[in-house]
Amino acid sequence: MPDAVKTGLDALDRRLIVATQGGLPRVSRPFDAIGKELGIGGDEVIVRLQHMLDTGVIRRIGAVPNHYAIGYTANGMSVWDVDDARIDELGALVGALGFVTHCYRRPRRLPDWPYNLFAMVHSQTRDEVAARVAEIAFLLGDACRAHDILYSTAILKKTGLRISG
Amino acid sequence: MPDRSGAAAAPDATDRRIINALQGDFPLVTEPYRQVADGLGLSEAELLQRIDAMLERKVLTRFGPMFQIERAGGAFVLAAMKVPEADFDRVAAQVNAFPEVAHNYRRDHALNMWFVLATATPEGIAAAVAAIEAATGLPVFPFPKEREYFVEMKLHA
Repeated sequence: MPDAVKTGLDALDRRLIVATQGGLPRVSRPFDAIGKELGIGGDEVIVRLQHMLDTGVIRRIGAVPNHYAIGYTANGMSVWDVDDARIDELGALVGALGFVTHCYRRPRRLPDWPYNLFAMVHSQTRDEVAARVAEIAFLLGDACRAHDILYSTAILKKTGLRISG
Repeated sequence: MPDRSGAAAAPDATDRRIINALQGDFPLVTEPYRQVADGLGLSEAELLQRIDAMLERKVLTRFGPMFQIERAGGAFVLAAMKVPEADFDRVAAQVNAFPEVAHNYRRDHALNMWFVLATATPEGIAAAVAAIEAATGLPVFPFPKEREYFVEMKLHA
């Protein structure tokens, strides 16, 4: 990869990503099992994973729950048309709200899509999502010209990253 | 709207404790499951069996490292399509068949299909967009992130 130098990833790290992107083995010594597959020791697997955590290549290691199965059946992607001069200041505030799980600035696609701020809100019910979206609207005030909430109605696919070696 | 992804798979109290304990900081030690199990007052065997069962029932969509592929030179891009209702299932199957499509959600809007493309290089995104447009005959609107304000999984089971 072109800028792998930035994070110091080598070919073995890349193989480690490919070997673990589908998940960790559920065995007593999972890092030994991965190492065996890659021809290295479990200790080296641990050192490399720790390095990728330290450099942000890995955000976290853990379980990804299905929102629906744990009761977060209302998943609203709130989208906002925010004044460009204020979006970074306000985006930081929205992103810091406890109920916002993801918050990004993205390009508008005029005329169909005037929204430049995306904030994902997960909750138990649509009423709760709507109440939280109203809180965001209050926070944005007159810097926001329009907004919408796109509820998800089905998960069509959720496999996560799949790069090839 | 119907939940098509695990209505019959409600996790019990122990499952929920496991999910919450596995939100981050999985120990990087030789026997990590034993350490997590000890903290929860479970046996290692029960923890492993429950993680497997939750993956099987799709209470968990995966268990392992969450990569920020941008940091490894790759790219993640959100994209959307306006899919005619009558063609929805066909197009969903075509889009999902691409390994670059990491997640795909149906949403109630004129732009009714929203998916995330993950590729090993930034150039891979444009190629995937073009390939999906060719396969489906529909335009794909990419929404690359220009800035990330804060991202954390904070869902409490």
